Amino acid sequence: MKRTLPILVVLAVLLVAIAAANPLFLEPAGFLAFVKRAAPLVILAAGQYFVIVSGEFDLSVGSLVTVEVVVAARLIDGDESATWPVLALLILLGLLVGLINGVVTTGLRVPSFITTLGMMLILSGAVFLWTGGAPRGALSEAFRAFGRGSLGPVPWSVLVLLAVAGSAVMLTRSDFGKRLMATGDNERAAALSGIAVNRTRILAFVISGLAAAVAAILLGGFAGVSAQVGQGLEFSAITAVVLGGVALGGGRGSVVAAMAGALTLEALFTLLNLYGISGALEYTVQGVIIIAAVAAGALSFRPRLRATT
Amino acid sequence: MPRRRPFTGLVMISAVLLAAGCTSDKPTTTAQSSAAPSASASASEQGAGTGEQSKFFVQADHDAQLAMRTTTPQGPADKPWEQAIDPQMVSTEKYKKSGNYHLCFSNAAINNPWRQVGWKTMQAEVAQHKEITKFTALDAEGKDDKQISDIAELQGKGCDALIVSPNTTATLTPAVEAACGKIPVIVFDRGVETDCPVTFINPIGGYAFGADGAEFLAEKVPAGGKVLALRILPGVDVLETRWSAAKVAFDKSQLDIVGVEFTDGDAAKTKSIVSDYIQREGKIDGVWMDAGATAVAAIEAFEDAGQPVPAFVGEDQQDFLQKWKGGNLTAVAPTYPTYQWRTPIIAALKILKGEEVPKQWKLPQPKITAESLDTYLQPNMPPLHYALCGCETLPGFPENWGGKKS
Repeated sequence: MKRTLPILVVLAVLLVAIAAANPLFLEPAGFLAFVKRAAPLVILAAGQYFVIVSGEFDLSVGSLVTVEVVVAARLIDGDESATWPVLALLILLGLLVGLINGVVTTGLRVPSFITTLGMMLILSGAVFLWTGGAPRGALSEAFRAFGRGSLGPVPWSVLVLLAVAGSAVMLTRSDFGKRLMATGDNERAAALSGIAVNRTRILAFVISGLAAAVAAILLGGFAGVSAQVGQGLEFSAITAVVLGGVALGGGRGSVVAAMAGALTLEALFTLLNLYGISGALEYTVQGVIIIAAVAAGALSFRPRLRATT
Repeated sequence: MPRRRPFTGLVMISAVLLAAGCTSDKPTTTAQSSAAPSASASASEQGAGTGEQSKFFVQADHDAQLAMRTTTPQGPADKPWEQAIDPQMVSTEKYKKSGNYHLCFSNAAINNPWRQVGWKTMQAEVAQHKEITKFTALDAEGKDDKQISDIAELQGKGCDALIVSPNTTATLTPAVEAACGKIPVIVFDRGVETDCPVTFINPIGGYAFGADGAEFLAEKVPAGGKVLALRILPGVDVLETRWSAAKVAFDKSQLDIVGVEFTDGDAAKTKSIVSDYIQREGKIDGVWMDAGATAVAAIEAFEDAGQPVPAFVGEDQQDFLQKWKGGNLTAVAPTYPTYQWRTPIIAALKILKGEEVPKQWKLPQPKITAESLDTYLQPNMPPLHYALCGCETLPGFPENWGGKKS
């Protein structure tokens, strides 16, 4: 909780600033629209949290999202009856990509930065080859409902987000969550105390792949097919996690803070947009945040580390 | 723990570098885009809300293009890809050659649906002509440097004529000039800054495109109505002309331009921006777009907000036409016809047969209106297919363009 507090304060300040510029934001519909828009990034950040806290990175989630959406459109091709089988396939694809990332990183001892960078390039190359730059086919109405529709006043994507957030919190509190934290903090100590370090990390990558699949379903539903849908999402997710105070290198941080980081990033983008500042600045903002957050984290931990070592 | 820190630092630097690398995927734009929006934001307080005029705006070109819209083109009316507006014919006697032809094509890219439809159309056109015994095409993948070496490489392949669709105007000019000295060169779509090609083929252009949409809104939206203008990116000449012509038309109208926003051509971003404007303004009476690829996402923003879809400017992609028909919208679709991909092949054959061709081959650039919508709506074609491909009579239609036989 102590680590979650700073980001919640920042988030609250940004939300107040948005509300000041746009009073409609205070109404349930306005706020829910914001959460709906943020949901895919929050889910990606939750997935990325598990990988980062175990001491690794997952750079492949952005292109995985693109692949999922493009594949879904091609396979569904407007056919409503294909919706559910394709949804199942997308989840499997996400799990599979996560599994490969995990196995290559732990089994072949390829640093995850390289493994997932390679996966990002492989996936974006594959999707370009398959589509030639222009996706084909169309998503069905039932598929799009997840990102577009709502149950009464509450968008489906907000409900999906709540379910994901709940599961993520439960996971971190489970034995797996503790093993993961121990692995990221000190791999050797964790291994010596009997934790199956590799299996734990593989599972973290699989969770990230699953999160990417869910985010892809929401994003594809929100705005339809596009070959750029996942562009830059891996960096947004990592920025969000870092913004939430999760230590790169692993071992420290809470998933709630990581998700709050994603909401904060989305709030920041919304605010920039409200003040008419172009989206081109988003990358710059992310770059500044990622450096500043890591530097701040390093500074605040140094004294304690000196005292203990 | 301290052991790990250098690695972490390195990773962060690389991550930031990578992030920077990602943005440079859109070469022509990122450099300018950080500067231009602030200018447009500060300027949006003045006048009709359209900001300052683009530095790409050339009044004479603007007026010429607007006039061309009403000029009757010469050539067969049922084959607009063979038509030309105000052609100044040039002799090609010196290129005359008998026998079989080897045509070569340096393509800027095939990286968007428009270019994909065009490329398929060009290949089908080639297949129609038995006298073309060889067709060599190189894809520059959107890179100037690759296209420069592609053009050089093609000169050594024994081509009888070279077709170039330049990636960017200024950078490709020297490469095209070098090729002009050896073989007849045909340039289409974007131009080059030299008149050495035998012919330069393109539709009327961006000013006409932009004006078609803006004039429609000025006519359909009542005075004082709120219009949102959506642009892909600043700083790209072909898109700047579209916006600058729209600005001229809007400034003359009584419309209130509540926003001019950049979407990066991203559907999710477009939808978010439009949703924000609907929330902020309460009601939007018209939407102008400089390209229709994200028009459906913009329309959905109104549907999801439970509002009627206002007057809309899209393009000739099937997904938009379908929405238009299905929702009985008030809409118009200016076009940048993909049938222009047929013309370079036709031109190459004319040149090699010694028939004269227009120096500036200006193709007609129709807009789709409520009256002509049914002609262009093709439910059997994929959502991103461009209706003005002029490919319906070509061999392999519709399967090769991703369509189903109806």
